Amino acid sequence: MGTLHAVVARGITKCFGDVVALDGVDLDVTQGQIHGLVGPNGAGKTTLLGLLLGLAVADSGRLEILGTPVGRAFGAPEGVSGFVDGPGLYPSLTARQNLAALARLRGLDAGSAGIDDVLDQVGLTAVADDKARGFSLGMRQRLGLAAALLTKPRLLVLDEPSNGLDPAGKRHVHRVLTRLAADGTSVVLSSHRMDDLEALCSEVTILATGRVVFSGPLSKLAAENRELDYRVRTSDPQAARRLADGSDGIRVVDDAGIRQDDELLVVRALVPALDELVASLVRSGVAVRELAPVVSPLEAAFLALTEQEQEAGR
Amino acid sequence: MTATVAADKVVRARRVPVSRGYRFELVKLVSQWRIRLLVLACWIAPALFVAGVSQQSTLPSDTLFGRWMHATGWAGPLVMLGFAGTYALPLLSSVVAGDVFAAEDRLGTWRHLLVAVRSPRRIFVAKSLASLTVILLLVAGLAVSSAAGGLVSVGNQPLVGLDGHLLAPSDAAVRVLLAWTAALAPTLALAAIGLLGSVALGRSPMGLLLPPVAALVMSVAQMLPLPVAVRLALPGYAFIAWNGLFTGPTQLGPLLIGIAVSLVWALLATALAYLLFLRRDFTNLAYDGSGRRALTIGALPLVGLTALTVGVVAVATPSMGSGIKQDKVQRSVATAFAHLYRMQTEQLHRPAVTEAQLRASAACTKSDGQAAQEGAGNDWRCVVTWHLPGVPVPGTAIYQLDITSDGRFVADGDGPKEVNGYFLLRTSTGDAPNPLWQFDGNVELLTPH
Repeated sequence: MGTLHAVVARGITKCFGDVVALDGVDLDVTQGQIHGLVGPNGAGKTTLLGLLLGLAVADSGRLEILGTPVGRAFGAPEGVSGFVDGPGLYPSLTARQNLAALARLRGLDAGSAGIDDVLDQVGLTAVADDKARGFSLGMRQRLGLAAALLTKPRLLVLDEPSNGLDPAGKRHVHRVLTRLAADGTSVVLSSHRMDDLEALCSEVTILATGRVVFSGPLSKLAAENRELDYRVRTSDPQAARRLADGSDGIRVVDDAGIRQDDELLVVRALVPALDELVASLVRSGVAVRELAPVVSPLEAAFLALTEQEQEAGR
Repeated sequence: MTATVAADKVVRARRVPVSRGYRFELVKLVSQWRIRLLVLACWIAPALFVAGVSQQSTLPSDTLFGRWMHATGWAGPLVMLGFAGTYALPLLSSVVAGDVFAAEDRLGTWRHLLVAVRSPRRIFVAKSLASLTVILLLVAGLAVSSAAGGLVSVGNQPLVGLDGHLLAPSDAAVRVLLAWTAALAPTLALAAIGLLGSVALGRSPMGLLLPPVAALVMSVAQMLPLPVAVRLALPGYAFIAWNGLFTGPTQLGPLLIGIAVSLVWALLATALAYLLFLRRDFTNLAYDGSGRRALTIGALPLVGLTALTVGVVAVATPSMGSGIKQDKVQRSVATAFAHLYRMQTEQLHRPAVTEAQLRASAACTKSDGQAAQEGAGNDWRCVVTWHLPGVPVPGTAIYQLDITSDGRFVADGDGPKEVNGYFLLRTSTGDAPNPLWQFDGNVELLTPH
């Protein structure tokens, strides 16, 4: 049995006048998984999400969404929902009225469309009858997600869904997305928040200047043969520094751009050399209290790959 | 191996029917406080205004039918219609139709709407129909409320027409209804201009201002001494042409031409807005109106339509002059005088006379005969002559006329005192306004003589 894909894109190109927004993009989104889309500003993320939502049509290439080839007409297949550039809400309507109007627009009975349920899922039950005019950005994001959930999508496309969310709101959104994926819904989300993507996504696609520079599982990205900076907190920082200086493949970094802390050592290494360092610290009786990458593997890969692409483009 | 999600379970997205989109748009419009306020104002304020003015000792006699607001409740809705055509209807069209597309730009909701509806065409139709519905509701409010205010405060009395003849209450009611219905055509034209502005200019306030600006330009044009063909080719003319419903015989020609021109404008402006809307790039966040395209696709065809209409009206009717000629003025003044003389006779309980017995005629000159005897101006002077059975000497009365470019005139009595010298008549039932002291009339611009 092969892998089921909610989205299959091959060689997608989209231009706006002289500007090439997407240049031969390939994308596979596996059913029931959360797929992250990252890239610097202007990389083409919003354009790609717009194509998935049927807001635009590609100039060339092949796009299949939920098994349906997307033609030249606007409009995505049934079962696709989401938002780009922020959720569309009407400030003169309450949260509940926004959802009820949308439900009726989609031919659902507002009474039985599960409005209360989706409001509860995103944690907005308490403000259901408040006008959207007074909502914060985070509340608007959550209401936008609720609107997308109302149609029971099988492909959910979200642009920066964590924008403006407080920790509690973020937890709500993460819980909803994780549960949706577990129930078989595919989610494509773009974000600049690497921690969100690492927490949620099983696969990511990195775009730079309209091209795909990486696409695959997060684990593969982390395992790429690339040195990373790690923060090492130990019981004896002096001894740890001596050991690090004497280890092969380990370089102590004194200008890592993080807060100065006498107990903290920052080293640059590949994963095998780091393993050796930890073993030798323990053998020497130095306790390792904290070991973490200064920047996440995804962020490091993102920076490296996008910088390479931009340099190649110059 | 990869496969896309089971294709047999997937159906192509159904587009949202226009009826649902229409309801969605109505909900959005009605949820706005300014629309609610407008609906409330249009259904309440005219009644209060008409009732209030009707109780005043000084009436707005410079407004058509204003001088009859004491006499009949049917004058109120016509005064309101005159005011609405100049100010209220352009502003209402602007607030509703001029903002219906721009509001989505301001709120950043286009993508949301497109994802939900999946068809720009249906969005356009739904938005246009929803704005039309709200505008109709507002116009109906103005008409019904002003009529109710007049009827409750003054009563269901006969209305004096623009040629002085009395219209029975039922006849007046039908004509008032027809006049308001006729005013819908130019209102639709302004609404379509509003749609066009809203689509073409995005969130720019110029889109919102377009209908009032267009209405102002057309009002100013109607005040200028333009040839009749140009006057009739402007969609705002139907805001004036309803006057012809209150003469006998009814001046239907200008009214029908005005309505037809307005409807063609409405259709063309809506079609242009539709074309611009379908060509819009909804993925472009920086979109703020279609700029040069608005000019070429939006404005130029309307300018072309005006030129074409001027040509068609000029060829179809002998109407390249002002349309205000000496013989037409004389006939109009004599007819109105005869009708109103009979009314005065009845008020004073004198022996009734017929118009055939009166044989009223008028001799009118402009600028004391020193200039061309045609055209608008306040320098017309008429001497009206009439006969009474058994009286060998004909009666005469003098009137100073102020004729505006649209053919409307006010005849101001200049003696003798016993005919038109006093504002009030002393009747057996008390003082009553003297119908011959000052009266309104109308010269039909299209007839050759």
